Amino acid sequence: MAIKRRDFLKLTGLTLVGTAASAAVGDLLTRGEVKAQEYATPPEALKGKRWAMVIDVKKCKEGQKKGCGKKCIEVCHYLHNVPSIPDKKKEIKWIWEDEFEHAFPEQTDEYLEEIFKDVPFMLLCNQCDNPPCVRVCPTKATFKREDGIVMMDFHRCIGCRFCMAACPYGSRSFNWFDPRKYLKKVNPEYPTRTKGVVEKCLFCYERLAQGKLPACVEACPEKALIFGDLADENSEVSKILKERVALRRKAELGTGPAVFYLID
Amino acid sequence: MYNAEKVIPFIIILIIFFTIPMWLNFGRLEAIPQPELPKEEKKCVESKEYMRAYHMKLLDNWRKKAIRENQHLYTASNGKNYTISLQRTCMKCHTNKEKFCDKCHNFVITHPDCWDCHIAPEVAKKWQ
Ligand code: SF4
Ligand code: SF4
Repeated sequence: MAIKRRDFLKLTGLTLVGTAASAAVGDLLTRGEVKAQEYATPPEALKGKRWAMVIDVKKCKEGQKKGCGKKCIEVCHYLHNVPSIPDKKKEIKWIWEDEFEHAFPEQTDEYLEEIFKDVPFMLLCNQCDNPPCVRVCPTKATFKREDGIVMMDFHRCIGCRFCMAACPYGSRSFNWFDPRKYLKKVNPEYPTRTKGVVEKCLFCYERLAQGKLPACVEACPEKALIFGDLADENSEVSKILKERVALRRKAELGTGPAVFYLID
Repeated sequence: MYNAEKVIPFIIILIIFFTIPMWLNFGRLEAIPQPELPKEEKKCVESKEYMRAYHMKLLDNWRKKAIRENQHLYTASNGKNYTISLQRTCMKCHTNKEKFCDKCHNFVITHPDCWDCHIAPEVAKKWQ
């Protein structure tokens, strides 16, 4: 059936009217959704341009001798609902302890190893300047915040574990099963994670937003963990790093870690 | 139309068949879910109508702003400020997910996965 010119024009006109009408109806449907809603950073939030942490390993050793019971790990893992899984291959950790030779495998100096034989090294995500985990994440679940924190949006993580392969520090853990079974008590103010999601330390972004220091920093009775803004010359971390000798883990890789270990 | 005397009744039968749930529940009020509302607090973050229709969008925006843009403070249309947090703000008034969220979600057979990670208040209580 051939279409007549007249009919064709009529149809075109109708289509136009229809499109306009549906656009108007669409506007009606979404009306009331657009409102004057505003978002802001809370005024009490701690503000920084480059958050960093300095860890005084000697003080840490002192604390452990006095029996601090590794408060930093305990408090962090409680507040963030990090489960304790006995199986080493499937464990989840945000902050953990290791020996010098594992933390700094590139430091082959025998004497250094001897000096630090019994010194505990608290390890956590280094919140790298140039984080390889962010580069490989296909969903932008892991991304870099303006204040230097390497942030995770757990909602977006698809569990591909590229980030775990990319991180040279083993800072990331994968949830092989529902972690809730391994939580003895929970912090009702913070979520857990679910099976198939990667997690790591987020520098307590949720506490910074409330004007509080990271949980581990606050928990350490020896004040062995110091937190602050590297971009601010007068911050405690900047001052310490100007005066004392600090190591960063595998800095030669160019990741630019923001966690420093005082070794003098 | 060919076979109109067969096709049309069949179409009618089909329509009736697919709308059976509607006819069965016609005028039955108890079928409408009744989520339990907070007793102390009368006003939600936004108006009731808005929350009913768009709470999922609001929550999604909250997530994006808080997690991705570090903006943890929400100023509602009436000027009131709220901390962006499902567990620390929403569930402080709606103290029971089963009696609130689930009521409608089950009714419309939608199962959002919020609670795979976020801890419902009643679940947290049982845990301790
Ligand atoms: S496991 Fe998650 S966070 Fe890691 S790269 Fe994949 S999507 Fe990104
Ligand atoms: S330490 Fe690992 S997880 Fe943390 S920012 Fe660096 S590469 Fe990413």
